[in-house]
Amino acid sequence: MKWLKLVWQTFKKPSVHYSLGFLTLGGFLAGVIFWGGFNTALEATNTEEFCIGCHEMENNVYEELKTTIHYTNRSGVRATCPDCHVPHEWTDKIARKMAASKEVWGKIFGTINTREKFNEKRRQLAENEWARLKANDSLECRNCHDFDSMDFTLQNPRAVEMHSTALASGEKTCIDCHKGIAHQLPDMHGVPGW
Amino acid sequence: MNKLMKTIRIASALVCAIVVASVQANDAFNPILKAEVTDDVAAPAIPKVIKNDVKQKRNYPMQPPVIPHNTRGYEVNTRVNKCMSCHSRDRVEESQAPMVSVTHFMDRDGNFLAEISPRRYFCNQCHVTQSDVEPVIENTFTDSKHLMKLSNQ
Repeated sequence: MKWLKLVWQTFKKPSVHYSLGFLTLGGFLAGVIFWGGFNTALEATNTEEFCIGCHEMENNVYEELKTTIHYTNRSGVRATCPDCHVPHEWTDKIARKMAASKEVWGKIFGTINTREKFNEKRRQLAENEWARLKANDSLECRNCHDFDSMDFTLQNPRAVEMHSTALASGEKTCIDCHKGIAHQLPDMHGVPGW
Repeated sequence: MNKLMKTIRIASALVCAIVVASVQANDAFNPILKAEVTDDVAAPAIPKVIKNDVKQKRNYPMQPPVIPHNTRGYEVNTRVNKCMSCHSRDRVEESQAPMVSVTHFMDRDGNFLAEISPRRYFCNQCHVTQSDVEPVIENTFTDSKHLMKLSNQ
């Protein structure tokens, strides 16, 4: 009890017990360690390995990704889960990470723990992602696919027609047409453009 | 007598084996790889799909038109039909793709349906992409127009 009281007193008025220099330096070091640890933990959750640590992701969306060009292609540049599903900007990233607490809930209560349950939720899950990409003008696509660097002479005529009009004017964004490029599509009844 | 029968049996079995082996050797030539099936040969490169968006001539009136673009990853299943997101009746205005022909709306009794008929749902059963490759086996197909010209001469 006496020991606890001493700890509390020190905590309440540390400058009585420690020098100002020690406290400033100590606070700075503690801050560095905290911030470093926080970012390391954050980045650890931002890897594909972490994402497919749950069988829900590994057996459904990851397996589906494997057949697409974003997983394997001639030049070997590939997109991992967070490249498309987690914003790269810090503020947006933290916001997305907070929203992901819903996914922890889903994991605990087994919302999509079978293929059947996953397929039943597929439309809802897909719509979440379409809405997110529509709202941020397909930012995660554009992190790699830069409109200004597109060479229309190398695209096929159909692609040029679409990209030089609807995309160039900002009337449409990537996700409006390129749905289902990395995972299987849900039932598309009622989706505009289908 | 018994010994003679035995010798004949063995001899005939040997002859059979030799005949079978030689026939197999002749059949074992693979015209696609241009090698014996027993040979280890490198698989030929997968040819590239023609994707120039140029309509190709049909070789006979009923031929399903071939696809002049890539269809890698196109899903056609119970949930969705990717092809129809451009080629369906109400999508062609925006996509400027050819609409599926009216026969696709007919059921097997010839009644027209509002949507494409389930029996025409799987596009790749008839429509396929093309690759710029030499035919593996010589093709003697002759266009009927050419035949008519010949018969008129």
